[in-house]
Amino acid sequence: MTSRSLPRPVVQQSASEATAGGAAAGHHAHQPRGLLRWVLTTNHKEIGTLYLLFALLMFFIGGTMALVVRAELFQPGMTFILPEFFNQMTTMHGLIMVFGAIMPAFVGLANWMVPVQIGAPDMALPRLNNFSFWLLPVSFTILLSTLFMEGGGPNFGWTFYAPLSTTYAPPSTSFFILAMHLAGISSILGAINIIATILNLRTPNMRLMDMPLFVWTWLITAFLLIAVMPVLAGVITMMLLDINFGTSFFDAAGGGDPVLFQHLFWFFGHPEVYIMILPAFGIVSAIVPTFARKRLFGYASMVYATASIAILSFVVWAHHMFTVGLPLTAQLFFMYSTMLIAVPTGVKVFNWIATLFRGSISFELPMLFSLAFIVQFTIGGLSGVMLAIAPADFQYHDTYFVVAHFHYVLVPGAVFAILAAAYYWLPKWSGVYPNVKLGLTHFWLSVIGVNLTFFPMHFSGLAGMPRRIPDYALQFADFNLLSSIGGFLFGISQLLFVAVVILCIRGKGEKAPAQAWEGAEGLEWTLPSPAPLHTFDTPPEFVPERDSPSRH
Amino acid sequence: MSRDQQLQQQNVARTVRRVLLGLVLMVGFTIALVPLYDVFCEVTGLNGKTASSAQVVGGAPVDTGRRVEVQFVTRNAPGLPWRLDAMEQTVWVHPGEVALARFAFVNVGQELSSGRAVPSVSPSQGARYFRKMECFCFQEQWLEAGERSEMPLVFQIDPDLPEGVNKLTLAYTLYPQGQAIGGYHEQ
Amino acid sequence: MLQLLYRSCGLLLLLTGPALASAINTSSGWNMPPGVTDISREIYSLHMIIFWICVAIAVVVFGVMFWSLFVYRKSKGAKPAHFHENTTVEVIWTAIPLAILVIMAIPATATLKKIYDASDAEIDILVTGYQWRWHYQYLDQDISFFSNLGTPRSQILGEEDKGDFYLLEVDNPLVLPVGKKVRFLFTSNDVIHAWWVPDLAIKKDTIPGFINESWTIINEPGTYRGQCAELCGQDHAYMPIEVRAVTEEVWLSWLDEQRETAAAEAASGEREWTLAELNERGAGVYTTYCAACHQADGSGMPPAFPALRGNPVMTSAEGRDKHINAVLFGRPGTSMPGYGTTLSVNDLAAVITYERNAWGNDTGDAVQPSEIRALLDR
Ligand code: HEM
Ligand SMILES: [Cu+2]
Ligand SMILES: [Cu+2]
Repeated sequence: MTSRSLPRPVVQQSASEATAGGAAAGHHAHQPRGLLRWVLTTNHKEIGTLYLLFALLMFFIGGTMALVVRAELFQPGMTFILPEFFNQMTTMHGLIMVFGAIMPAFVGLANWMVPVQIGAPDMALPRLNNFSFWLLPVSFTILLSTLFMEGGGPNFGWTFYAPLSTTYAPPSTSFFILAMHLAGISSILGAINIIATILNLRTPNMRLMDMPLFVWTWLITAFLLIAVMPVLAGVITMMLLDINFGTSFFDAAGGGDPVLFQHLFWFFGHPEVYIMILPAFGIVSAIVPTFARKRLFGYASMVYATASIAILSFVVWAHHMFTVGLPLTAQLFFMYSTMLIAVPTGVKVFNWIATLFRGSISFELPMLFSLAFIVQFTIGGLSGVMLAIAPADFQYHDTYFVVAHFHYVLVPGAVFAILAAAYYWLPKWSGVYPNVKLGLTHFWLSVIGVNLTFFPMHFSGLAGMPRRIPDYALQFADFNLLSSIGGFLFGISQLLFVAVVILCIRGKGEKAPAQAWEGAEGLEWTLPSPAPLHTFDTPPEFVPERDSPSRH
Repeated sequence: MSRDQQLQQQNVARTVRRVLLGLVLMVGFTIALVPLYDVFCEVTGLNGKTASSAQVVGGAPVDTGRRVEVQFVTRNAPGLPWRLDAMEQTVWVHPGEVALARFAFVNVGQELSSGRAVPSVSPSQGARYFRKMECFCFQEQWLEAGERSEMPLVFQIDPDLPEGVNKLTLAYTLYPQGQAIGGYHEQ
Repeated sequence: MLQLLYRSCGLLLLLTGPALASAINTSSGWNMPPGVTDISREIYSLHMIIFWICVAIAVVVFGVMFWSLFVYRKSKGAKPAHFHENTTVEVIWTAIPLAILVIMAIPATATLKKIYDASDAEIDILVTGYQWRWHYQYLDQDISFFSNLGTPRSQILGEEDKGDFYLLEVDNPLVLPVGKKVRFLFTSNDVIHAWWVPDLAIKKDTIPGFINESWTIINEPGTYRGQCAELCGQDHAYMPIEVRAVTEEVWLSWLDEQRETAAAEAASGEREWTLAELNERGAGVYTTYCAACHQADGSGMPPAFPALRGNPVMTSAEGRDKHINAVLFGRPGTSMPGYGTTLSVNDLAAVITYERNAWGNDTGDAVQPSEIRALLDR
């Protein structure tokens, strides 16, 4: 192994560090100052920061809604809010977390890290990048404003099954559709940009199989986005037509079929859940080797596993529909394909553990979050395998067991990976290490909170508690009490993360060198910390035999 | 701009064009999914759908060694002041035999109105073996206030009906026609 | 605080002790209920097998992981090894999970095939989902009725102590004989619901315009409770299911009873009712069938559910036909169902009369059951 602790040749970047001057940076010369600078910026780092801050804001808005839900569920009875508002809260929580927090957070990380990991000066399409970001605040302002419209906001669940979301929906639904369209366009444009960047802007000599896994997972995610976002756009357009123009795609009265909605939605929806986890795999694959001081085990099999998960994700969608009355053959097909998808997922986990095996492991903050990710994501994956067993899913489906499953993969899974990424790259972004004391407190409270929230849900679900109900039988009271306490603990401890970020932004903390983590590999660590606004205006040197994560 | 950069820009443009092409293909695919789904349902009987227009009588010989129970269920969706009754609750048929069932439509309302009976067959794996030569469900019906009309269903159970299935339920849900949704905004 | 303490004690009991006396199903309180049918038991054992397999995998995987974390700590001076691939182990750990899954798929497939065989059922029941109640129709017995939430509102609002079967009790349970194969047909009047009874291991979506089916043979007499499992709007949590399984004799006499009640109802529909009689009965019908949307005080929840209090349709003579039509046949494309085929003429006349006289609507108008009968029988 060539140790990364050896200083590598410092890359030429004098031109980029100067604010003005230098031919390459010339078009940045007359940058507006203050607020306008952030509005008009086409710099990938600034746009990345905007995405991340936006995601953080949405995380808190969506989180507050979750706490409203948990407050109502604290004990049985109609205690705090009305059922109708409860439905709006669960729906908005889901939509905001999926489309407003997790996805933009990953896009933000891609914006920041993909160019610097492949040695590119910026994204391939910087102005488009600015546009795709600003679509998001517009989209979510519209979405949130539906809460104040007559009849309230969306109340039909984040999966918005027709006809509850069409014939029986509140009048604000057309605005919900508009908001989803904007968020969808934003994702598509972001994906185009990422693909164009990765395929064309790699530094000379960097082949695809030399790219860091974070870049690989994002490339595959971007293709998934291109493939399924049009399906989402199609399905909400059909809803819009059904609601406003008298068509009946999903209305049996006019020859339509509500089940068609579910097929279309999940054809988008299942790949969508992988869109929310593949970049997390990339993050963990970067962090674990760093702090095990040992190269990632099975780089190639990681890439192939990611690709096969992505491909398989197109043929498992009806595992969300085991109870709609599919014919036996369809039921069997989707049961087998879903079980199959667990295999490449398992390979990933095994690879991470093989990376730890005989390493030299230390437990810095990013590592802690990544290790927690591995354990907790695996729990979610295992309950996923249980859900794949169609006959058993007749008992699990639409209960808290499913809620436990997808929260385990999404919160202690994807969200933890995002937090790990933040702790890992904050020194590069801000120039100072995150505060360790605050970070540790944040970590432990989050781990306790998240498991206290979601682990009991396995039990309440198995015992018979349906999801999406504002009030429940007394027999579920204890588990719900625990979940509510855990929820508030987890929610409140995220404020510590805000404190950590603010300290970093204000430069308070231990200064980080270029190579912020001893065992870290990758081009980003050749840049000074904080990374200057413009980097790699001249492509950095890359010698596959020395620098590639797949080298022998 | 250096030659390298120019080349890079061209490559980026090419990638973007290709991705956009992929995007357009996916949009087309999504639009195509709707009719494809209908065709798929008709061919496989997915979701218990039967053909939406008259089928020809299948030529296979009648399987007198086997009897299948065909059960009729009728339901009214909200908004249509009609009654729909199956005049026979069940009929027993041999697979391959052409059979007839009669249904009575009554408009008990005070004005002319139109409705359409939407069929659904259960178990859905039986749907594709349910051949309809004549059915009121192929088009909408109009009835004057107080009018009563008897309409036939002429059908045949395909002898290929899987062995395990010996009872088929055909449900008709009667929907008012000419009503856009969102109707409740009009008081 | 005290409540908290009490609850934590309850939790301990739950986790250690046997099922509570007032168990809502055959679950231990924190695991899947084994249920009371052959299928439900098979599903339960599938669940337990896959659960233990998952536990075993977790123990191995996390075992190796934590052991590595412990042994190869840098602080203990661990030096990193240099390997980073090994085709043999990679093939092995792809093959083993695959083999486990194949082994799992075999019994799962067998059970699924059984679940799909609804042939030779003796009783057919049409289950229709409504916002927010269930309707049951015994297809060969000519009996049908609504099954509404039985828990009083005062318990929901916390004005009264909650009962053992809070939110899981109904006014008219579905009564079935044990040991007989029952086939359920499912459909919906409005949005998608799902009919779920954990002890029968049946969960099936009810889809407007389409029918689904499922079946059961209940082995033991008892009361089996369930809930709607698909979000169907505001009162999704308030449409429970109660199945009462009885011996065949009891079932047959229950059927007779139902028929007698229906005949008595029909007979009393012939006579003239007083305004007071109609209003009194109408108030009860209104609370059960209308108040969830139009509210107890008739104020509605616009724009989805219009107000009835002061509504011209309810206060004017011209609106009378429209009013009756709406209640009998529903309003297309809205949550307003037609009750003409599902409630008795007495209930219909009573609730229409009530709506025309309550909350200051004061028309003094009495709609007679015979009038409704004439309309429906045209
Ligand atoms: C081993 C891999 C996995 C398997 C076998 C699996 C299987 C399943 C199945 C069968 C369901 C449907 C359960 C039901 O509704 O009855 C489900 C639901 C779900 N899964 Fe997974 N899953 C896996 C991994 C993931 C991952 C990685 C994510 C996301 C990061 C995810 C997110 C979800 C979500 C969001 C739902 C619920 C959607 C909803 O109904 O609201 N799953 N999963
Ligand atoms: Cu899925
Ligand atoms: Cu429901």
